[in-house]
Amino acid sequence: MPGSDYNRAMSLYYLQKFLYQLNRDAGVQRRFREDLEGLLGDYDLTDEERAAIRARDVGLLYVFGVNGQILMHYAALLGLEWNEYLEAMRQGVRRHGPVRAGLYAMTTDQR
Amino acid sequence: MSTVFIGVCSHGPGITGRAGRADPRVRDEFYRSFERMRAALEAARPDALVVVAAEHFANFFMNNMPAFAMGMAQYYDGPIEDEKWLAIQRRRVPGNANLSRRLIGAILSDVDLAYAEEWKFDHGVMVPLHFLTPRYDLPVIPVNINCQGPPLSPLTRAWALGEALRRVCDAVPERIAIVATGGISHWPATPDSGKINEAWDREFLRRWSLNERDALVSYTDEETYRDAGQGGFEIRTFVAAAAAGNGAKGEIWFYEPIPIFAVGCTIGVIPVEAVVAG
Repeated sequence: MPGSDYNRAMSLYYLQKFLYQLNRDAGVQRRFREDLEGLLGDYDLTDEERAAIRARDVGLLYVFGVNGQILMHYAALLGLEWNEYLEAMRQGVRRHGPVRAGLYAMTTDQR
Repeated sequence: MSTVFIGVCSHGPGITGRAGRADPRVRDEFYRSFERMRAALEAARPDALVVVAAEHFANFFMNNMPAFAMGMAQYYDGPIEDEKWLAIQRRRVPGNANLSRRLIGAILSDVDLAYAEEWKFDHGVMVPLHFLTPRYDLPVIPVNINCQGPPLSPLTRAWALGEALRRVCDAVPERIAIVATGGISHWPATPDSGKINEAWDREFLRRWSLNERDALVSYTDEETYRDAGQGGFEIRTFVAAAAAGNGAKGEIWFYEPIPIFAVGCTIGVIPVEAVVAG
């Protein structure tokens, strides 16, 4: 995992900001489809976070600590049905381990 | 005095968006309780509805997160979510900027409150309105309590907000209804979505009904997170409603866990003392 815990937490902020703006702004959604690399360049993200976005890896974004109230809309944008969204998060934890930062890392009781 | 109605209700997006996947028997009983609440709200003849909500990054983000905020716009648009996903059509909801301004100005004597002249409603407001003001003809004034994640205002401050809200609503000539909306225990939008701690919910609602301040504000955020999930932080809205009740006891009209709605679905009211005619 690149960066210290401090960098990790700071980056989660921009990762969530990217998804928050993508969820709500048709202009950002257009760039997401047409100029993803240029769009990603506008945010202070780690290489691992950029890769997860390129791979449409909702489960890994959950493991990074993205709040579900942001992530569920991104999943819907990608065309994931509700149960597919829930399963993507479970699979993310199975593949990448427990949530690393943010609200859901408040306890170690991760499934 | 002109507070004419106080109630609490759930707002999970599944309540409308995943309606077809719930056990119809329980779902329809829940909807009937919403309908009963709508009838009671209308019977109170409010001029405006203050919705105390806990939004989910519709307007406020971690770049500038207000602990408390109140809308001061002439209209509000919502839902911000995909219309099909929420099964609620996008529309413009009337506000009342003048009334907002008077309420906010008076609340600021007691509680520091941000105001917003632009505000979009997410499911946290639109789901209650879908049931309670289906014609969207009642001016709405949103109040937001940040419940999304720490640092959070302590429950004692949510109580103070509710007290201040009641004081200022009683001081304006308009007839004001207050509906607070939040989840009790729930783990929304996570792999644990659908998990509900019914025992915890029932104990919380018991305390809410008794409307004893000390019992209601005694939960620590660590306990709430452990027993009631991150969604449990939204009890702040229920606490504010209880405080607005001025000590009156609450009545739970409906409580039932509905896992596909991701929350223990709740409808409750706090009777408001008879209003002097005028």
